[in-house]
Amino acid sequence: MKPRKVNDMVIRFANVNGTGSASANDMFAKAVFRMGIPVSPKNIFPSNIQGLPTWFEMRISEKGYLGRRAEIDLMVGVNPATLIQDIASIHPGGYLVYDSSKLHHTEHVREDIHYIGIPMMQMCMEHYDDPRQQQLFKNIVYVGALVALLNMEMEVVKNIVRELFATKEKLIPPNFKALYLGFDYAKNNYDCPIGVCVKRINKIGDKIMMEGNAAIAIGAVYGGATVMAWYPITPSTSVAKAYETYCKKLRIEPESGKKKYAFLQAEDELAAIGMVIGAAWNGARAFTATSGPGISLMSEFIGLAYFAEIPAVIVNVQRGGPSTGMPTRTQQPDILSTAYASHGDTKHMLLFPRSPAECFEMAAQAFDLADRFQTPVFIMSDLDLGMNNHLSPPLKWDDSRKYDIGKLMSAEDLEIKEFGRYLDVDGDGICYRTIPGTHPTKGAFFTRGTSRNEYAKYTENGEDYVSMVNRILKKWETAKNYVPGPEFYQKSSKSTQGIIFFGTTTDAALEAIDILKEQGIEFDSMRVRAFPFNQEVKDFIHAHEEVFVVEQNRDAQFRSLLINELELNPAKLTPVLNYDGMPITANFITQLITKKVAVS
Amino acid sequence: MTYLKPSFRHPALPKNKVGFTKVDYEGAISTLCAGCGHDSISGAIVQACFELSIEPHKIAKISGIGCSSKTPTYFLNNSHGFNSVHGRMPSITTGANMANRDLIYLGISGDGDTASIGMGQFVHAMRRNLNLVYIVMNNGCYGLTKGQDSATADFGSVSKAGKSPSPFPAIDLAGLAMEMGVTFAARSFSGDKQQLIPLIKAAMSHTGFAIIDCISPCVTFNNNQGSTKSYDFVRDHIEATSELDFVPERKEITVQYEEGRTINVTLHDGSFVHLRKLAPNWDPTNRRIAMDGLQQAKNKGEIITGLIYIDPDSKCLHEILDTVKTPLNSLKEADLCPGSEALEVINAGMR
Ligand SMILES: Cc1ncc(C[n+]2csc(CCOP(=O)(O)OP(=O)(O)O)c2C)c(N)n1
Ligand code: SF4
Ligand SMILES: [Mg+2]
Repeated sequence: MKPRKVNDMVIRFANVNGTGSASANDMFAKAVFRMGIPVSPKNIFPSNIQGLPTWFEMRISEKGYLGRRAEIDLMVGVNPATLIQDIASIHPGGYLVYDSSKLHHTEHVREDIHYIGIPMMQMCMEHYDDPRQQQLFKNIVYVGALVALLNMEMEVVKNIVRELFATKEKLIPPNFKALYLGFDYAKNNYDCPIGVCVKRINKIGDKIMMEGNAAIAIGAVYGGATVMAWYPITPSTSVAKAYETYCKKLRIEPESGKKKYAFLQAEDELAAIGMVIGAAWNGARAFTATSGPGISLMSEFIGLAYFAEIPAVIVNVQRGGPSTGMPTRTQQPDILSTAYASHGDTKHMLLFPRSPAECFEMAAQAFDLADRFQTPVFIMSDLDLGMNNHLSPPLKWDDSRKYDIGKLMSAEDLEIKEFGRYLDVDGDGICYRTIPGTHPTKGAFFTRGTSRNEYAKYTENGEDYVSMVNRILKKWETAKNYVPGPEFYQKSSKSTQGIIFFGTTTDAALEAIDILKEQGIEFDSMRVRAFPFNQEVKDFIHAHEEVFVVEQNRDAQFRSLLINELELNPAKLTPVLNYDGMPITANFITQLITKKVAVS
Repeated sequence: MTYLKPSFRHPALPKNKVGFTKVDYEGAISTLCAGCGHDSISGAIVQACFELSIEPHKIAKISGIGCSSKTPTYFLNNSHGFNSVHGRMPSITTGANMANRDLIYLGISGDGDTASIGMGQFVHAMRRNLNLVYIVMNNGCYGLTKGQDSATADFGSVSKAGKSPSPFPAIDLAGLAMEMGVTFAARSFSGDKQQLIPLIKAAMSHTGFAIIDCISPCVTFNNNQGSTKSYDFVRDHIEATSELDFVPERKEITVQYEEGRTINVTLHDGSFVHLRKLAPNWDPTNRRIAMDGLQQAKNKGEIITGLIYIDPDSKCLHEILDTVKTPLNSLKEADLCPGSEALEVINAGMR
């Protein structure tokens, strides 16, 4: 009997964009998830609506490693246009599941992989009349075949089909039929299961599987956002869509049927951020979602919000840059341009979520931080986290939690306290604000992006200006104790070497640390969760002789930010950089680190 | 440097219905050039708000950048103001309006701020029928950057800075607004307070986007001979469509006018605009006639002023979006946060 890899594999589906493969692939991923096995699906899609190649990659890992792994064990190759390249990318010993309806060329032959031909199109032509259905069910046929080949539970898949078509019940039987066409063919013609397979375990617990963008949107609903203005851009669009979807469910006034939110597609990103700032100036919680090009356009306004001290929450779902860059590939390339967005001396709070649960939490928290510090706050997600389904702890909300609206004066406050919009009454750099309409004769002031004194009066006096910008810096210092601190993966420092990572490099970095440990190299690790960096971040770096900084851009931007803000010796920080647009892998990290460790 | 006015008030100053004197609607002393048209418009705003008896804190004044956009400092000291970035007043106001539908939004812009850098936001705010009074202080030039031609400079017009006449056709903001389907369009002249004040009042009572394209000479850079935005030129070429009165809610119309020469337009809040037509075929409630009239005046080289068009029954952005009557900025956690139970349902859907 051949040895089998159980619950540990990478499957890649090579499809054509716009042919209905996405829902079949999702169905498959969900089935694995429901069999209790950790799985991390990733869409590798083109900037195109129909016709171009698209891939769907899934890592299945009993150990719970969710980072990408590049070695493909099983390829479902149903896109003739990329078949040669797809076959070449299969790991030796791996499998190709292909549509054997048509004859294959000699260049498709590799000695070191297994071929599993399923006459998908031919069976669909025989069983369905409508050409569109023939196309769609081809996808379901290969799912059925995989159920047999990988020893999955058919009932789990069937249940997913039932849920999917709960409102269109007549679609259930033809889907089942397609599943069995594939299943029976595989069973009858191949030795099932093949050398890779899955087996029910219980490694999921109460975890959920969802996209980061939806989690951010739900976080915004829970965090009390009432105004959302946006302009479509991949990979951020689904934040807006999800916000609207959840608002429609959760934010309708029962008595009137009217909306407790304003959702507006702006004419461009300049207008989107302007609307957010206008709404927040007027006391509503407001946010926008965009990607790199949008951040570039928003920059002038971001500086206004920073200097005039107006809250704003901006979700930056990063994608490959510069310019239009790789619009449908992932990167972390906007660290510096976001941290220091706009002209003049500016710096902005950044939050770095790593999972949907954290997307949710940080989105809600961003509104508290923005209100408390009266400044823009950015949630730094990326395409990988935002648009792929991720295994995540469930979203959590403590019902006793109260919004922190910061220092906002009411009409009663104005009756008894002196008001100067930019007076640092408490010595923490944060001043009291009022919103329009508060009091007939007190508390009105003029908001402007030009220099002003403590009473919001225009001034070009150098001393006033200096004390103003220094006071804003004091606020920044205060913020260090409010933003989420770093997460450590060891009780106390054990090694002289450390690894720093953030956001979506976390899964691969943690796996890399395990691999390195097996090789006898011990690392301490720290996941940074926010900018400004607090004392703990600084201490970690100072406690280690050499620190690797893992990130997904060419120029080691996060490393630059650390060096600049913490006044570090650059020689101490070694960059580990992945920027080909594909999510970083553990092997990539370990190879780079072992090479560098060997050299030194 | 900031100039503060002495706060001495004469005890006998007349008060309006809500108990404020005119001084309560004033602002800091203007730092604009003496004679600048913009200051006259500020004065008209003060007078209109005082007479309308709006509590000052129920107004928010928002502007872009330019001499014109500085004026909100010079009126309505008791109202919150926001001097934003160049050409972006409409988006700030859109957001502000989304947050609180109950305030009156007074947007101040210049012709550079509106017709060039801010053109995109201007037309889109109009398209959404944002409930906003949008006043363009139109001087045909960029005052604050020292007099360059703006996009509203007429073809052939000569400014002080420009050695040669403007080689490009002008953008007619009122005409453009009509084209965009605006629900209230007016043109006026900073030197004609009699017309401007009731127009501002009517615009403030209109639910939806109200543009007042107000010619406002720049005495320093564009008041010379050869300029079509100078005081002299405008006075010589002005042609009013009608004389108008703004009649607040529930006030009886006492004066009688000749049949067929007057039009009453009832606004959302019950107030009236009462018009005495100067041209017999003019009808400001008919978009086609209004657009024809604009075009004809343009052909004759006249600067047509007054209320050009009004649709008193239009739906503003909040009505289009179907938001709740309560201002969104006054909703609390209990109204907004669905709570942990709802979240459990969401979680369950993700398994
Ligand atoms: C992004 C940007 N570009 C350029 C400027 C410089 N600028 C300031 S005011 C102005 C023109 C203002 O013209 P207008 O709106 O007609 O106002 P006016 O001064 O004539 O009243 C310009 C170009 C600026 N403030 N911001
Ligand atoms: S430069 Fe022109 S627009 Fe500016 S204040 Fe002077 S007169 Fe007015
Ligand atoms: Mg101008």
